[in-house]
Amino acid sequence: MSKKEDFVKFDKVDKSYDGKVLVVKDLNLDIEEGEFVTMLGPSGSGKTTCLMMLAGFETPTNGEIYLDKNPISNIPPHKRGIGMVFQNYALFPHMTVFENLAFPLRVRKISKDDIDKKVEKALSMVSLSGFGNRMPGQLSGGQQQRVAVARALVFDPAVVLMDEPLGALDKNLRESMQYEIKHIHESIGVTVVYVTHDQGEALTMSNRIAVFNDGKVQQLSSPDKLYEEPVNSFVAEFIGENNTFAGEISDISNGSCKVKLDKGEIIANPISVKSIGEKTTVSIRPERALINPKEKMDNNQKGKIEEVIYHGDHTRVRLNLLGNSEFILKVPNSSQNLDIKLGNEINIGWNSHDARALDPK
Amino acid sequence: MSSEQKILSTDGIPLEESLKQAEKKNKIKAFLLVTPLLLFLIITYIIPIADMFSRSIDDKMVTNMLPKTYKAMEQWDGKELPPEEVFKAFYLDYKILVENKTAGKLQTQLNYEKNGFKSVLKKLARKQKKFEEGNYKEQIMKVHKRWGNVDYWRAIKRRAPAYTYSKYLKGVDMYSNEDGKIVQVAEDRRIHRILWSRTLEVAFFVTLFCFLMAYPIAHLLATLPMKYSNLLMICVLLPFWTSLLVRTASWMILLQQQGLVNDFFVWIGLVTDDNRPEMMYNKTGTYVAMTQILLPFMVLPLYSVMKTISPSLMRAGKSLGATPGVAFFKIYFPLTIPGIGAGCLLVFILAIGYYITPALVGGASGTLISNQIAYHMKSTLDWSFASAMGLMLLTGVLVIYWIYNKLVGVDNIKLG
Repeated sequence: MSKKEDFVKFDKVDKSYDGKVLVVKDLNLDIEEGEFVTMLGPSGSGKTTCLMMLAGFETPTNGEIYLDKNPISNIPPHKRGIGMVFQNYALFPHMTVFENLAFPLRVRKISKDDIDKKVEKALSMVSLSGFGNRMPGQLSGGQQQRVAVARALVFDPAVVLMDEPLGALDKNLRESMQYEIKHIHESIGVTVVYVTHDQGEALTMSNRIAVFNDGKVQQLSSPDKLYEEPVNSFVAEFIGENNTFAGEISDISNGSCKVKLDKGEIIANPISVKSIGEKTTVSIRPERALINPKEKMDNNQKGKIEEVIYHGDHTRVRLNLLGNSEFILKVPNSSQNLDIKLGNEINIGWNSHDARALDPK
Repeated sequence: MSSEQKILSTDGIPLEESLKQAEKKNKIKAFLLVTPLLLFLIITYIIPIADMFSRSIDDKMVTNMLPKTYKAMEQWDGKELPPEEVFKAFYLDYKILVENKTAGKLQTQLNYEKNGFKSVLKKLARKQKKFEEGNYKEQIMKVHKRWGNVDYWRAIKRRAPAYTYSKYLKGVDMYSNEDGKIVQVAEDRRIHRILWSRTLEVAFFVTLFCFLMAYPIAHLLATLPMKYSNLLMICVLLPFWTSLLVRTASWMILLQQQGLVNDFFVWIGLVTDDNRPEMMYNKTGTYVAMTQILLPFMVLPLYSVMKTISPSLMRAGKSLGATPGVAFFKIYFPLTIPGIGAGCLLVFILAIGYYITPALVGGASGTLISNQIAYHMKSTLDWSFASAMGLMLLTGVLVIYWIYNKLVGVDNIKLG
């Protein structure tokens, strides 16, 4: 079976609630069949609005959304056949778990035997067999979440939408649910569109992540690319930790550039800069900068240690480097004996490839 | 581990006792805080109801007027004329009443029991002054031949008990006849049953109309954005803040035959000018005015319940494939049942005892049982009958509450 590349397609979608402000601006997004795509962004970035438009609870102000090549703007939500998991689970409190799961099947007039089978299968998928007679109020948050997931999947929808489904759970439960949802996705191959503001969640679960800000998709790529190769400074800031230097391009050639800072100069990888004199923000991941590098690196600077925080598996070191007193290093907690003490001056090196010269903030 | 084993606190006092000691002060404080309310309830609610009850069954008046007679009558089986002692006792009792000039009350009371008793007694009052000592049976029977009729003596005996339920029987158009059997009053005099059924009917339909109108309003209130819902809420509450009398009076202005509503009907050509429908002083008026006045009592509980229903539930229903109608009836409606129950119970109970509005706009065919109670309180001064009907109304309300509890469950009520 060949997978359809644009199974879900947002085509030039705009959305405004009040006719004054665009919440979503010119959104173009293709989602492959069977893919797990996460819409990630700060609150108010338009990601939930996009989900609601796909579910049919909001109508696009402009543009069209296609599901399997069919425009769906004029199809009411109940005919779209899209499963949805809501932020607060939205389980029907007056129905048992079984009735909750049977609801989408009953409205589709499926025979009683098939309903029993499907519900049983869905419950065992989320390891809740035997909970059918409980009321949702008698379940823990994690169990309610599983019921909500099972209910969104029980009628075999083509697409399942999840709107920050793990937001209300505590940290440990949230992590185990992330893996569980990921495994369910892998085993049944349904297309999932997931909304979250938690970058860790997005990185763990997704095939691809669309980073939203200000109503626009800033970057759409796989988790590793998003982290390693952010295309602009917003993405670099939003995903993971990040050290930045603001400066101006003084030379650019052969896939590398020189950036003049207030104090000193660094060699960087020009991503979104093209000419000399442009303002830029250089982004370096904390783990890419090494202390006392053994090999020769094209950036070598001295920094003064201002703060040391012990984190168990690693130590966070804050340095004052090239006038930036917020430069963070992550030093793995290995047997290697490094001279990390407050006030010491140490050598820091990184490759110009890992210093990405992005748009200025 | 045995449950018998006593758990001790650190100081060796049994834990239960220690807990009691610790909580004692708080309990006393809590009790003192509710004492004013408790006293208020006892004085203004429990005592009046108890008084109403004792008044409604009190029948000591005749008993106290004829103490010797009833003492003598204890031996009498009521089949034949009573023996000489009864006649003598009655003569002595009656003599005192006549001397104290209180015989009139007895005459009236016994006349209720047996028609024509009054004249017989009056004649006795005149003649008994000349009575000689001894053989009272003969002397009394000589005064009026009806004294030889055992029915009259039975009538006296029926009033012997200090307590009676006859007022309650009267409330449902029944009475106990001369043979002591409970029978219905003549068909053309059964007014109370009509009133009871009309009261229930009006209360039922007012509740229904209130529900049908309040449900959409409450839904709108719960779902509109804040600035509109506040305005709408004020519209709902505004009549609530207006005097009941003023609202009823304004309905009189609107509904009368030359009133605004009728003028409007004529103007749009719905009715001709000489054929204006009567919308007041009948049941229609009662329905319209009571529905409007009781509407907030339905809106508020519904609103408070609807406010708690997350809009995502309806969305979830739709996303799972339910049409808006199915989603409404399977998800939204069942979740509003606590509010429906509370609202209906509130409106029904208020409607069943409604007084001012039916009195003003009800006319003859729109008055309810409460108006009848007021009539007996103010006009006939038959307070014991009014008390009996009041208690029957109260019992009716309690029965409705009980049925409601069986059907819906009081725990499910939400008054907001």
